[in-house]
Amino acid sequence: MSGILQLHGIEKRFGDFAALRGVSLELRAGEIHALMGENGAGKSTLIKVITGVHAATAGTMELEGRAIRPGSPREAERAGISTVYQEVNLLPNLSLAENITMGRQAMWGPFIRHGEGRRRARAALARLGVEVDVARPLGACPVAVQQMAAIARALEQRARVLILDEPTSSLDAREVAELFGVLRRLRDEGMGILFVSHFLDQIYALSDRITVLRDGGYVGTWEAAALPRLELVSHMIGKPVAAAEACAAKEEASAGPRRGAVVEVAELERKGVAGPFSFALEAGGATGLAGLLGSGRTEVARMLFGIDPATSGSVRVDGRVVSLTSPRAAMAAGFAFCSEDRKVEGILPSLSVRENIVLALQASRGALRRLPRAEQEALADTFIKALHIKTRGPETPMGALSGGNQQKCLLARWMAVQPRLLILDEPTRGIDIGAKGEIEALCAELRRGGLAILFISAELEEVVRNCSRVVVLRDRQQAEVLEGGAISLRQIMETVAAA
Amino acid sequence: MNRFRTPLLWPLAALVALLVFNALASPGFFDVEWKDGRLYGTVVDICNQGARVPMLLALGMTLVIATGGVDLSVGSLMAVSGAVAAVQVNAGASLGQAVGLALLLCSGLGLVNGVLIAKVRLQPIIATLVMMVAGRGLAMLLTGSQMVPFKHEGLTFLANGAVGGLPVPIPLVLGVALLAGVALRGSAWGLFIEATGDNETASRLAGLPTGGVRLLVYAFSGLCAGMSGLLEASNIAAADPARMGDTRELDAIFAVVAGGTALTGGRFSLAGSLVGALLLQTLTLTLYNQNVPPAVAPVPKALVILVVCLLHSPKLREQWGRWRSPSPA
Repeated sequence: MSGILQLHGIEKRFGDFAALRGVSLELRAGEIHALMGENGAGKSTLIKVITGVHAATAGTMELEGRAIRPGSPREAERAGISTVYQEVNLLPNLSLAENITMGRQAMWGPFIRHGEGRRRARAALARLGVEVDVARPLGACPVAVQQMAAIARALEQRARVLILDEPTSSLDAREVAELFGVLRRLRDEGMGILFVSHFLDQIYALSDRITVLRDGGYVGTWEAAALPRLELVSHMIGKPVAAAEACAAKEEASAGPRRGAVVEVAELERKGVAGPFSFALEAGGATGLAGLLGSGRTEVARMLFGIDPATSGSVRVDGRVVSLTSPRAAMAAGFAFCSEDRKVEGILPSLSVRENIVLALQASRGALRRLPRAEQEALADTFIKALHIKTRGPETPMGALSGGNQQKCLLARWMAVQPRLLILDEPTRGIDIGAKGEIEALCAELRRGGLAILFISAELEEVVRNCSRVVVLRDRQQAEVLEGGAISLRQIMETVAAA
Repeated sequence: MNRFRTPLLWPLAALVALLVFNALASPGFFDVEWKDGRLYGTVVDICNQGARVPMLLALGMTLVIATGGVDLSVGSLMAVSGAVAAVQVNAGASLGQAVGLALLLCSGLGLVNGVLIAKVRLQPIIATLVMMVAGRGLAMLLTGSQMVPFKHEGLTFLANGAVGGLPVPIPLVLGVALLAGVALRGSAWGLFIEATGDNETASRLAGLPTGGVRLLVYAFSGLCAGMSGLLEASNIAAADPARMGDTRELDAIFAVVAGGTALTGGRFSLAGSLVGALLLQTLTLTLYNQNVPPAVAPVPKALVILVVCLLHSPKLREQWGRWRSPSPA
């Protein structure tokens, strides 16, 4: 086994903030190497340095013994380093085939040989066990297929080093298993694979070695087989094992005070999209929506928040029918919605953390009743402290925060309006375990305060852990409603899988 | 006030450099004279001409660009405004009637831009391009494609009179800027505009009236164009439907971008845009003073604007930092 990619003392500063402080790493040919760390530990920054998005402030990189210094992702890709990002960053208007072969198209003189490109794209996808029409625009495909296309692109580019940043957060269990099969095959063919994930199960199922970063610094590298989970967690959070045990311990979903149904959903349906759905949401209770990818989870949320309004059915709040024809109308009914798509539907990247937090509250007050600056600052400070948001200050642009901290800011945005019902769509996607626990604990606290929560997650364990009622979805319809003791992973899986 | 630090720095620096150059190259550049109860001088002329068109247009354009849009119709709306006012006073209307009608019509046409963009969901560049063509046609229609001279003391006073020793356009544009600034930062409209420009989808999902924001900024841009058209007509005591405001929308866009508001939307700076407009006007006059033929003047003008815009680019500044301190290989 030889080191295919070597990093020595990589340092990256943004102004006077050190995002990486002397990180060294050796990726061997024929290994799957997991990169672990909490939000803001520097994982994403390190990957961006390797792939040429950011230039390192200090330190060196060697690929197969040659010093490299990629100035752009394109240069890195040419050198043999391909990346599959957390959020798919291909071109949605181009076809799958074009996305996969872009930059290495088969040419005939000055013309692109589209037929050959499609054939190569089909072949690359076939290696992943995916069969789709490669002439379809990427944007029209499900996220899972887009992810597979990104990986197929890496194969097509004959990458020597493959970097995967949270590749599984949008895939269902079957797709994850398929992906892992492919990654193991690629490893056996001698590729070096650097894998970032927050799912400990996946890390242990897949990786040979594990490197941990904390607060931009290098903590250490271990053989996965020789590193117990608790020890890994303690390295990540920088606390002794005993504290980690407490942190990792499952929090029991306490029932909280029941105050009767606040929101009753009756026969809610959007024609041709999803439904009908009928369920009740109680004050102080968390209701989960469980189902496979594409089972209609997000569609329910979008109907309830008036983004894609329902075409029939009704929603009552405290017995009165409310109209949910737009997000504003839904907010007036006391609803709040945290989207699964942070980047597109959540954050305002160039505005400050403060402005991001006060946005919904200000919107509900209207433009003319401006929240005084001092109150805005107090509000932002309160939430930054209460939710442990890691930021240099309330005036830092939102885009500079890590994914988990952005998610906390978005939670703060909706907590500030004190809603009756909080709809959380994948609130913990792409977030490390420490922050995941914090967000789950936060949900429990909000419920105790009398809030109703609609909790949507692809991770069934999370739904089971957090919810006192679970609506199981199948094929964009309601399959079953489970309550209390009837909620179990097994029961949900059986319902989901029923023909 | 850290909001104002970065956007204002570069256009101000360029403006100061240009003024220093003028002070050395053309003696008497800074001479100001008090005559008949008002100030005269080159600097006053720059401010006056700057206030009349680029500064006023830039105020409206700043907000439009902050929402991630652009308004190509302002030049044509200037012609509409001037035409309406000229035809009205010639028909015996009072100053108030003529001005009111011109401004109302221009705000209304701006609002139509907003509706096309916010409700019909046309691309801003297409919607306002349509209005640019239609507005020019409307001005021609109103005037019978002829220059319309007028004799009306009130209307000519707008651009030629003085208030407190200053030509009317200067206090007017400062007043409009101050009002707009107070209205936007004193309410939450400023935040709503920046939020809409930064991420429209996320803003809508946070309950912001993003449609209303768009209607408002395009209507305001129309209003600014209307005021500018009135001043332009007043200045020569005539409305020229074919040439009034021609290509001035580009000046406004230049001024806004030079002033530090990014074309991609988000953060805006009204003060920056005013400085940007002043920079543009000073540059025009400097080139004229240096006997650069008007036909080739756009070339050096374009170069200066390019430099100011590049200075705003964070990417370039980062690159610059890299050149200065190469990291050890």
